[in-house]
Formats: sequence, structure tokens, C-alpha cells
Amino acid sequence: MHDPGEVKIPFGPQHPALKEPESFLISLRGEKITSTSIKLGYNHRGIEKACEERTYIQDLYLIERICGICSHSHSTCFAQAVEEIAGLEVPARARYIRTLIAELERIHSHLLWLGVAGHEIGFDTLLMYTWRDREVVMDILAMLTGNRVNYGINTIGGVRRDISPEQKEEVLKAMDILEERTKYYIELATQEVTLAKRLSGVGILSNEDAKRLGAVGPVARASGIERDVRRDDPYAAYAQLDFKVITSNECDVYGRTLVRLGELMESYSIVRQAIQKIPDGVISVKAPRKVPAGEVVSRYEAPRGEDLHYVSANGTDKPERVKVRAPTLANIQSVSKMLENRYLADMPIVVAAIDPCFSCTDRLIAVNDPERKTKNTVAWEAIRLKGIEWYKRQGIDFTPLNKKLKSLI
Amino acid sequence: MTEEEKIKQELEGKFAYLKDKTVIKREKRIFADLPLDKFAEVFAYAAKNMGFDGLSAITGLDTVSGFAAIYHLNRKGGVMLNLKVSLEREHPRVNTVTAYFPCAENYEREIADLLGIEVAGLPAGRRYPLPDNWPKDQHPLRKDWKPAPDNKREAQNA
Repeated sequence: MHDPGEVKIPFGPQHPALKEPESFLISLRGEKITSTSIKLGYNHRGIEKACEERTYIQDLYLIERICGICSHSHSTCFAQAVEEIAGLEVPARARYIRTLIAELERIHSHLLWLGVAGHEIGFDTLLMYTWRDREVVMDILAMLTGNRVNYGINTIGGVRRDISPEQKEEVLKAMDILEERTKYYIELATQEVTLAKRLSGVGILSNEDAKRLGAVGPVARASGIERDVRRDDPYAAYAQLDFKVITSNECDVYGRTLVRLGELMESYSIVRQAIQKIPDGVISVKAPRKVPAGEVVSRYEAPRGEDLHYVSANGTDKPERVKVRAPTLANIQSVSKMLENRYLADMPIVVAAIDPCFSCTDRLIAVNDPERKTKNTVAWEAIRLKGIEWYKRQGIDFTPLNKKLKSLI
Repeated sequence: MTEEEKIKQELEGKFAYLKDKTVIKREKRIFADLPLDKFAEVFAYAAKNMGFDGLSAITGLDTVSGFAAIYHLNRKGGVMLNLKVSLEREHPRVNTVTAYFPCAENYEREIADLLGIEVAGLPAGRRYPLPDNWPKDQHPLRKDWKPAPDNKREAQNA
């Protein structure tokens, strides 16, 4: 029977406040949400089917483009699966480079999330700060791989680019800067009353519900579930590295914030260890074009949680079946639970707090070819300088502020 | 004895038909092939008595002669038990596991939409991941499914 006190609000799939198409049908009683129905699939691009019609190496690049933020997660997860079926022994140096890129990706993803969370609660200064700091890690990723996103570092059998001693120094310097900044954010999260008050008790997901609804990653760990594929089912070089699995028993958005901040600190430590321990040697082994029949389940701890790929091979150069379960699909059912009996105004931060995988686009791909000096090729640094000059002409100069910041950290 | 061997032994001891059907593929990866009529009891036992308290995903397969569904179960410690159940070509059908794992709902909708495997007992809800107006009898992940010719493009080429 129709309840006269209840209002139904459709939200999406196209809505100015949504970064990606998804549709929520929210039932409201007053300002409180009574139930939420979520419809996904607007981004379904048939990648699994497309993989069956392409070769393994083509698939690797296609898989990398499932997501702009966890691109390395998907490509590593897929490469691991194919390597396991083909019986390839990935060189230790390649495993370390994969780990290094994986942790740098986690750093960029968590800093991005922190900014989005700040934005959703009206704390845009936090967005500006974290996204500026995120540029440090983006520059490092661009230096190591050539790209800011969709790094293309993986290949079947290893990685495509080596890391030089100079690059190692740059990475270590960046870790020092980011660690200082993250300490400041931790201080902010633990001492700034408005932030803690806004996030505490919002989007509650109890330990039992998190287990029942199959939550993964920081969402699960913030509800006291101590699981992390990096430790439980080690891949790449994680078995040789020392790190803690960060958990919290807050069970709310505040807990999710603390977990991600703690994971940032762990990531800096993992990156330092990887740089220190990385062995010498080759970075890839030759992979066969045809892969023998077999099936494999590959798991990977993406920034958003467990990523699972199932690959089945049939002896040809194309896979029989590729199945991808990205972490957001595992977390989406928890969102309905988190929103139950909550205020409508909490919805943006609750949805953002699972860190749904937003498509992320690159601003520019700078292809620098020293042999061919074309006019249209602009280096990243030149673009940045141009931006600074442009703002100066508008009367906005950040130089004194930047100096002040550098003296602080 | 390793954790994986213990799991294999427990499964084979409890269910005689799993002998030679349970394979430890590598550390932390166990695969077991099951006939459809035995699936429910093995699944219930693994979920209730063996501590497999997480369902990571359900993979649907088109094996040309039939279909298959793989249930990827996980538990603390990182061991993954993959229960593979074979289904017939005509009217492939499984029962829902949402009673054990409510999180299975999206995974089950996915195999229903993309492979046309009927999931009995699945609660009513919107389909996933295909659009609402997608024809009910078209299952794109089936091996014999080909996209309909793009009429617009053909008209342009003509």
C-alpha cells in the first residue's frame, strides 16, 4: 500500500552530483532514508567478452583500462593469472617494481579519496591540500612509468621499465614529503573536532553486517575485519616486506578515514623497504604467445579492496574466459545498509566513503621524443609553468605561499 | 600437514564422491568439481562448518557442452576454495546462495544476465549489469552469442 508519508527520490543515473553513472532510488520519510535501491551496470562495457576475442597481451592493456585509478591493480592481477597458467617465474626485480608501483598507486588513490571526502563534507581546504600533495606521487609515477595513470608498466612475464638509482633517490625524497604531510592529516583527523564530529556515527556498518554483506578493503577493515590479501595471500614481493594491516572498530566513515590514513603511512614504509631491498637482475622473462590450458584465480589488494580475476586458458593465444570482480561490486551492498535510517544529507559522504571507483581521466599525455622536435609536444613541467604564469597575470601568485609551505615541511 | 591438505582431507572424508575431484592447484588454492545434486550439501558444509565465511565472487562459464558456475569461497588465512558445479546446456539452473551470503545477490544476477543461468530463489530486484530494455533471451557471454550487426554502420558503408 502506498504510504502517504513516504517520498521516493530517483537519483541518477545522470545527476550533476554523481561522478559516474549509477542510479539510486531513495525512499524518504521526512529527512530520513527508509530504504535505498541501487542499480549499477551503466558502465558495463563488455570487457570480459572482448577479452575472449583478443590475445593475452592485448587483454593486458584492455584490462588496465577497466579503471583509471586502480589500473595497475587490474593489470597486475591479470598478468599474475596468465603467468601462473603459463608457469612463468617472474624475476624478483620485476616483483619488487610491481610492488613499488602498487603502493604508489595506493598512495595516490587514498590521497585522492581523502580530498573527495573533504569535499563531500564541505571541507574543501582538505581537498585542495591533499590533491596538491597527490601531485607529488603522480609525478613520481609519471617519472617511473611514463604515465600519470594507466601506467603500462606490466607485461606478461615481468615489467617493461627498470628503475635507476637516481629514480630511487627521487622516490625516497617524495616519501619524506608525503609522510610529513600525512602526519599533518592524521593530526587533523584526530584533533580537529569538526571533522571527527561530522564523520563519527555516519554510515555505520557493524562488524557482522560487513561480514554478511561481503565488504572488502578499507571498508571491511574499518569494521574490524582484519583481512588483507597482501598479507593473507601474498603476491609480488609482499611476502618479503614487513607491514601492518590497519584496522579500526569505529565502523563508520570516521573509521574508514583513519584506516586509509594509517594505510598511507604503511605504504610509505613499504615503498622504502622495496627501494632498499630491490635485488639486481633482469626485469622480465619471455612469455609464450600461446598459453597452455588451465584455470587460475588471482587475487590482489587494490586500494579499494580485494580484486579478483579468474582466467581460463585453452591452449591458444586467446583466453577461454576472463572474469573480473572489482572491489566496488563487493562493497556496494553495504551502502544500502549504511544509509538505512540515516539523513539524506549524509548520503554523499557515505557513498564516497566506500571510495567507489570513479573514472579518472588524464589531463594531458606529454610524448617527449628528442629525435622529433614537433611544435605540439609540451612537457609536463612547461604546462605547469604556463599555469603558474597564467595565474600570476590574473593577479594570483602562489610563490610566497609555496615558500612558506616548503619551510614548514 | 599443510592447511590446504587438511581442507582437502576433511572434504574428501565427509563427501566420498569428492575423492579425485579435489585438487590443490597451489598454495592457498583448492578447486573441487561437483555434480549439481551434491552442490547444496558441500556448499552448506563449507560455509557453516569449515569457516569459509566469505564469498569473493561467482564465475559463470560457458563450456559449450554445458555451463558451469564457480563459487570462490574465502576464509581467514587466505585459503580460497573454488567449488565448481557443472550445469546442463538446456535450462541451466542453480539455487541461490543468498541465504548463506547476502552478498551473492549481484554475483548471481550477473550470471543470470550474462550467461542465462537461472538462479532459483533470487529475491526480486532490478537486473544487473545489462540495461533494463535489453532482450530477456540475449546472453552476451555465451560463446554462440554474437552482437547484432550494427545497422547504422552498415547503412553508412553501403
